[in-house]
Amino acid sequence: MWSTAPSMAVVPEVTSVDGYVHSVETAGTVDGPGVRFVVFLAGCRLTCLYCHNPDTQKLGGGRLVTSRALLQEIAEYKPYLVHTHGGVTLSGGEPLVQPAFVEAVFQGCKDLGLHTALDTSGFLGARASDALLDATDLVLLDIKSGLPALYQRVTGVPLQPTLEFARRLEARRQPVWVRFVLVPGLTDGENNIRAVARIVAKLTNVERVEVLPFHKMGEHKWEEMGMEYKLKETPSPTREQLECADAIFRAEGVMTASSG
Amino acid sequence: MTRQDHESAALADDEQTWGKGNTPEVSWAGFTAGPWQHEIDVRDFIQRNVTPYTGDHKFLAGATKATKALWNRVMELRKEEFEKGGVLDADTSVPSDLLSHGAGYIQPSLESIVGLQTDKPLKRAIMPTGGVKMVVDGLKAYGYKIDPAIQEIFGRYRKSHNQGVFDAYTSEMRAIRKSGIITGLPDAYGRGRIIGDYRRVALYGVDRLIAEREEQKDISDAARMTEEVIREREELSDQIRALKDLKVMASKYGYDISGPANTAQEAIQWLYFGYLGAIKEQNGAAMSLGRTSTFLDIYVERDLKAHRLTESEAQALFDQFVIKLRLVKFLRTPDYDALFSGDPTWVTESIGGMSSDGRPLVTKSSFRFLHTLDTLGPAPEPNLTVLWSHALPQGFKDFCAMTSIRTSSIQYENDDLMRGFWGDDYGIACCVSPMRIGKQMQFFGARANLAKCMLYALNGGRDELTGEQIGPALEPISSDVLDYDEVIGHFLPMMDWLARTYVGALNVIHYMHDKYSYERLEMALHDKDVLRTLACGMAGLSVVADSLAAIKYAKVTAVRDERGLAQDFIIEGDPPRFGNNDERVDAIARWAMEAFMEKLKKIPAYRNAVHTQSILTITSNVVYGKKTGATPDGRKKGEPFAPGANPMSGRDFKGALASMSSVAKLDYRHAQDGISYTFSIVPSALGPVESDQIANLTGLLDTYFGLNPHSNGAQHINVNVLEREALLDAMEHPEKYPQLTIRVSGYAVNFVKLTREQQLDVVNRTFHGCCA
Repeated sequence: MWSTAPSMAVVPEVTSVDGYVHSVETAGTVDGPGVRFVVFLAGCRLTCLYCHNPDTQKLGGGRLVTSRALLQEIAEYKPYLVHTHGGVTLSGGEPLVQPAFVEAVFQGCKDLGLHTALDTSGFLGARASDALLDATDLVLLDIKSGLPALYQRVTGVPLQPTLEFARRLEARRQPVWVRFVLVPGLTDGENNIRAVARIVAKLTNVERVEVLPFHKMGEHKWEEMGMEYKLKETPSPTREQLECADAIFRAEGVMTASSG
Repeated sequence: MTRQDHESAALADDEQTWGKGNTPEVSWAGFTAGPWQHEIDVRDFIQRNVTPYTGDHKFLAGATKATKALWNRVMELRKEEFEKGGVLDADTSVPSDLLSHGAGYIQPSLESIVGLQTDKPLKRAIMPTGGVKMVVDGLKAYGYKIDPAIQEIFGRYRKSHNQGVFDAYTSEMRAIRKSGIITGLPDAYGRGRIIGDYRRVALYGVDRLIAEREEQKDISDAARMTEEVIREREELSDQIRALKDLKVMASKYGYDISGPANTAQEAIQWLYFGYLGAIKEQNGAAMSLGRTSTFLDIYVERDLKAHRLTESEAQALFDQFVIKLRLVKFLRTPDYDALFSGDPTWVTESIGGMSSDGRPLVTKSSFRFLHTLDTLGPAPEPNLTVLWSHALPQGFKDFCAMTSIRTSSIQYENDDLMRGFWGDDYGIACCVSPMRIGKQMQFFGARANLAKCMLYALNGGRDELTGEQIGPALEPISSDVLDYDEVIGHFLPMMDWLARTYVGALNVIHYMHDKYSYERLEMALHDKDVLRTLACGMAGLSVVADSLAAIKYAKVTAVRDERGLAQDFIIEGDPPRFGNNDERVDAIARWAMEAFMEKLKKIPAYRNAVHTQSILTITSNVVYGKKTGATPDGRKKGEPFAPGANPMSGRDFKGALASMSSVAKLDYRHAQDGISYTFSIVPSALGPVESDQIANLTGLLDTYFGLNPHSNGAQHINVNVLEREALLDAMEHPEKYPQLTIRVSGYAVNFVKLTREQQLDVVNRTFHGCCA
């Protein structure tokens, strides 16, 4: 009477690396193309004021798993992910806190024939080896601000490493989707948006630009963790504010996903 | 006036009669000939004449002025009904049948498809053959009083189904009903879930159907007058009488449906008359329509080619038809509505699917039918059900997904899976129950509460709430820490008892329903010999799976009260939860489902019916939860179950694909009456823009139904694409959301008509969002 599961897609033999995983989302549709298996890795050096996953900032907040076990789980969804032209996204947290783990997982995904996307702020881009990037089909590069001082204020770290990483990706002709979160009163200044747009306009490898509206769905997590949420009074941007941001990008010759 | 007088008076008025003189020679002109002309075979007609459509939705036309005016009138009436507390008007003295009421109209000048259940729109009929108590209580609840003469007739001279059932019920059957281990049995009202092949009325005309039955009666075995033969002859006679009455009913609207339909308008009208006859005679739990859109498309195509019809007129016909279907109402008690919410009728229409030869059965009229959600706005009825196949044309898939995203009013069922069981001319009754149209019926069996059965196993057959001995007094489990093997050892005999009592009660119910409230018209629109299934069901599957998994993979300690009944459970550890594609617990869910099915099969069924079961609750998961004590999965006393086969709310933490995979692993072979899963997602979590959302939703449906490496594919999914905030706002301001429709297990409801508890249950259910 007990049904037994048929055998899964075979997970290739690769070196297994341990990593801290906060959680997984098996049907992610907003972090790269198609339906994606999204792995939220624990650990991040940035302390973005609007972070919607503050519970992923600490490395210890995650569960220790082996890349092999994770790949085994991913392999079960291969038919879904291939059929929907999706794949696997490593997000976080900041995946590049654990570059060896990212590399092992992505290499395993490539062996499985799955598309890979790395969702990163780029701050730790220097930690990504060429081998890691070779196994990365797409980089989702979050540019939190285009102005160094504001970037520092929003994230607690400098902008420069992200710009260097962006240039490295361009030199490698690596496809990039740029993402920018529009936070009213924080990142929605015209100068800031234009600065981001100018960074993007210079890059020849950007396939898509997404302006993401700030939302407060992460607020309860800050409270649960006993941390102060500084954007309590900040509203989500209106449709007009989003259109305005799109227009500034357009003026710099950059089409956004919502305007295009 | 006697029935005969009525008949002759109505038919005599021949100047005004549409359809008079229709003959097959004229009605079938232009159709491809075949065996369907010589024997009743609607499928053959469809196969030979269908024009599959593989394009997109751009050909569709909007609503006409008349449609809009008529729909506005209906919206006004429905507003009045809502303000009056749920019932606008009710007949208190005339039991409804085919001939009980004169013609009724909404606004005759605007109606191109006519016919109402009574003489006025939204005026509810009474059908006491199912049970007079339901009628009395239903009327009373809305401030009406039954005519004493009717109460006397059905109390004294004419026995009802309900009386018959209670004459035969055993004390054990009454007890399981009272304790809530079985809920929703059709023992006080019509059983429903029978789909007449209403298409036959249009294709053949009623005279041909009568002639066929007369012939069958002539050759029935009169030599050996066994009980079966006597019953068959009586049923055939009843069916013939129903068909004759159907003609008279149509004549009151000025139609002669003796012959076949000549045009698309006539085909829809004829078909609708067939359906109308059924809902005038039966207040069934679900009065489903079948699979009509592609059949009707053949008539629409013929008229379009002959330039007798424009696209706009074609859409108007479907709009008018659907307006009538949206008006279908029954008189029910508030209790019933609390169980199933929002005054449901389950006018289910199955759309799409593939032909066995590989052609899609999608036509332009499949689009037109779904398009009514746009021309008339979203609505729970008719219950639009798309038969999904991997091979459906992409244009149709995209249109379905777009309509789902905009209206949340569609459910999907796996055609690639069910075609293998039921061929390519089945339809869905109610929510998830497939049956070959005109060739198969079911004995609806509501459902057993398997979670409560598990508690009975722990408590030696005593009810955990009342302490009463309901089940057999088997040895209770006395150890504090629960042992998996010991629990299973107690659970299995308790399942045996439940299955025996449950199937026994169903046998009583359906024996009496056949005897006292036989569906003479619906069965006249079937083949003489049909396949019958005994459609049992189960609620609480994910509660049982999570409970057993907790016992097996964590430490569960029972906390008992002074009566020795387990009242609470303490879980230590991190057990796997159903809905995360975790084989440890998913295997337990499959085991529970299969084990109960095996138990059911052992008990012989009335009329040699084939046992099936569904994993379906509609909204009764709330009431089941209320009637069930705390369970070893950590669910507190009174908390709702998950609907259908859904994972428990908030416990499927790995996202939709993991959740879907757990459900898809439940093997349809062991639940052939359907496995319901409700999926709710906020629009932004489906993708950033609508084109992405459509692509992702069609991809999810393809994969959920087809590409699961563990199973033959899932059977059913409801898709809700909604903002949680909209639901919260609708709870506070129902007047702003008269048409807000959401899908619940197997069915759609007007959100504002749910009880507050049910609304909260929906809001608290897992919404797949975009955060980690």
